[in-house]
Amino acid sequence: MDRRKSIKSIILGGVAGGLAINGCKPGTEGEAGAAEALVQEEKHFGRTPEEKELLKKLYAEQFFNEHEMATLGVLCALILPANGTYGSATDAGVPDFIEFMAKDIPAYQTPLQGGLMWLDHKSNKDYGVEFKTATEAQQKEILDAIAFPDKENPTYEQQFFSLIRNLTVTGYYTSKEGIEDLGYKGNSPNVWDGVPEDVLAKHGKSYDPEWLAKCVDQSKRNDMAEWDDEGNLLT
Amino acid sequence: MQIKESSEIYDVIIVGSGAGGGMATKQLADAGLNVAVVEAGPFFDPADPKTMNQLKWNYESPRRGANTTRAFGEFDAAYGGWEIEGEPYTHEPGTEFHWFRSHMLGGRTNHWGRISLRFGPKDFKGKTRDGHGDDWPIGYEDVKPYYDKVDKLIGVFGTNEGLENDPDGFFLPPPKPRLHEIFYINGAKKAGIPTIPGRLSMLTKRINTERGVCFYCGQCSRSCSVYADFSSGSCLIFPAQKNGGRIKLYVNCVVREVTTNEEGKATGVSYISKDDRKEYKLRGKVVVLAASACSSARILLNSKSKQHPNGLGNSSDLVGKYLHDSTGASRAAFVPALMNRKVSYNEDGVGSNHVYSPWWGDNSKLDFPRGYHIEVGGGMKMPGYGFSFNPNEFNKFFGLKVGGYGDSLRDDVKKYYGSVLGVAGRGESIARKENYCEIDPTTVDQFGIPVLKFNYKWSDLELKQAKHMQDTFEEIFHNIGAEPLGDKPGKDRDYGLEAPGRIIHEVGTTRMGNDPKTSVTNKFNQLHDVDNVFIVDAGPFTSQADKNCTWTILALSWRASDYIIEQLKQQNI
Repeated sequence: MDRRKSIKSIILGGVAGGLAINGCKPGTEGEAGAAEALVQEEKHFGRTPEEKELLKKLYAEQFFNEHEMATLGVLCALILPANGTYGSATDAGVPDFIEFMAKDIPAYQTPLQGGLMWLDHKSNKDYGVEFKTATEAQQKEILDAIAFPDKENPTYEQQFFSLIRNLTVTGYYTSKEGIEDLGYKGNSPNVWDGVPEDVLAKHGKSYDPEWLAKCVDQSKRNDMAEWDDEGNLLT
Repeated sequence: MQIKESSEIYDVIIVGSGAGGGMATKQLADAGLNVAVVEAGPFFDPADPKTMNQLKWNYESPRRGANTTRAFGEFDAAYGGWEIEGEPYTHEPGTEFHWFRSHMLGGRTNHWGRISLRFGPKDFKGKTRDGHGDDWPIGYEDVKPYYDKVDKLIGVFGTNEGLENDPDGFFLPPPKPRLHEIFYINGAKKAGIPTIPGRLSMLTKRINTERGVCFYCGQCSRSCSVYADFSSGSCLIFPAQKNGGRIKLYVNCVVREVTTNEEGKATGVSYISKDDRKEYKLRGKVVVLAASACSSARILLNSKSKQHPNGLGNSSDLVGKYLHDSTGASRAAFVPALMNRKVSYNEDGVGSNHVYSPWWGDNSKLDFPRGYHIEVGGGMKMPGYGFSFNPNEFNKFFGLKVGGYGDSLRDDVKKYYGSVLGVAGRGESIARKENYCEIDPTTVDQFGIPVLKFNYKWSDLELKQAKHMQDTFEEIFHNIGAEPLGDKPGKDRDYGLEAPGRIIHEVGTTRMGNDPKTSVTNKFNQLHDVDNVFIVDAGPFTSQADKNCTWTILALSWRASDYIIEQLKQQNI
């Protein structure tokens, strides 16, 4: 058996085994998971063989259990709820992103898992229900107490909230939906020809004409560069 | 088992395929020589869709661009990093050096910032200037013709400003400044600091029919699929191959040592193939080391023989000595005037700053001897992992509550998007014999090759320079009404001076000079001790400058290649 095939079968075996242990997961999700792993394997974004192996290994693992994932779903949607235009952070797939990051950066594991358990403990104590099934008013009452960290000595509950909030916001704004929400226009071929006039005006700035005169004339960008002997550009 | 030896005798064996190795490959192959290039990493072509990262979205990666496996983020082009599994390096206790290696065709040129600065006349004559360090055995006039040729061959944008120590060249026109850069220009001007258009090796205009023109994605660190930025593969090695050059690429091959004969002359190299982990030998008439300043020093020091008991080219005992990196310190600030930005346009621009401040100071009036330039960062960048951590932290500047959750976070993120300005100083340190790398006799890598041990400490001069940087940064921020972020790094934090190696401009380990007792190479990058071995990475730099080193590596490699061709013709080597 060649090495690549054997890695593939080990990874697929790992996925199947993981699902068998997490028997509570519905079968359809398991198939979807295995399929996703395959799709990811074929997806090309400049990975070295070692990096590909790490990705496969991480995909094959499940860190949060079903209850924790459901709690994350509720929590992420409270941190960034749907509004009239865009869905919630949960709709944008942030819980899955956090699941992956917990495996990718293991230092996150204990604070995240411990924080989620604390949420349930607090909710059970105050309201007699787990956090995910508490009313929205009850959930917010819990969050209000930990969402504004002490500047000098944030408590562990506050640190947990800041971590989950950071991961939620970054997860959302790096998603397709979040980028559209933000309005970022880049990551596409274009021709930079300076800050638009209305933007300069808004910030009370203008270009120095002397400086501009030195800059590229984008209408000539495809003309072959030629210089005189002194280094003056002729084209 | 016996080490397998090649039957072919190459004219030249080039070790390493980064800036120096790529240029030597291009020049020597173009001259008709039969060349072998030995590269420790795999083949890499920025245009290959299978390894391409350009224009990928962060959501195409499950970690959204986090730097778990690559120090500069998931999509950075460099294969390698500060630590490479199975290839360690060690330190003298109490000293620090960080060593960034990129093992792939093209090496670190695939991901670098492309800031392409010529050294100026003063930079070659440090000792004459202020008594520190040593003068180079050559001057600007020796290198100028090669800088000119490099400008035209590879392409660099910038402007002729007539500055004494930041010489003019053959520049492509620069891109217009971005919004935050206009703020920087104004703030620096008020502080008496000149700012000029950046000088970077990206094609803002066509220079040949082989390479594309920049399309302003800002992702040079991912390596450009249309070859609009400089990387050694796309601009030197592939064109030399297309020219019909006789070039044999040995990839995934780690050079252990330079082999020598009874007369002490080099006969080739021995290497370990990563594919079968066996040792091989290549034979060549000339060996050109371009493995990076520290890797080439390591190869020399490991090339011990009866004729060269102290390592090859090391009769002076200076191989590995005078290791020095650029100084670096930085600071960021929140610019209230850059709040609530219109996101109506794409300001990715080129992959680094469109403007910079070359060194402006008069060191005779300062308490440190050499200068630094300032690089500028900021803008409405593509969100990646870490984006909007602490989304409303800047509320503190307005007496507003920091924290919270809910739909209002969306407003906070948009309010502050693109409002941070970053500045970074990159300066010259003094080359010192006391800062060095050597072979660690107690440690080998996974290929059985003894590894490097580093011994490097900054002196007071570099600390004073860093203090000056921090004071300057605050003045510029003040001038534009910006709020510096975090505490100003003071003496207790070395004024924010980055540890040696962090700027990845390490040079000096095989320094050039006229006296074989006080230098390793002569003024043509040739070992004093062995005339058919040349070093064309940054090892032969007698001193750094307040410039990035790549353009000088390229110019000197071209110059050394011309010399090799001439010497071969005259049958001197």
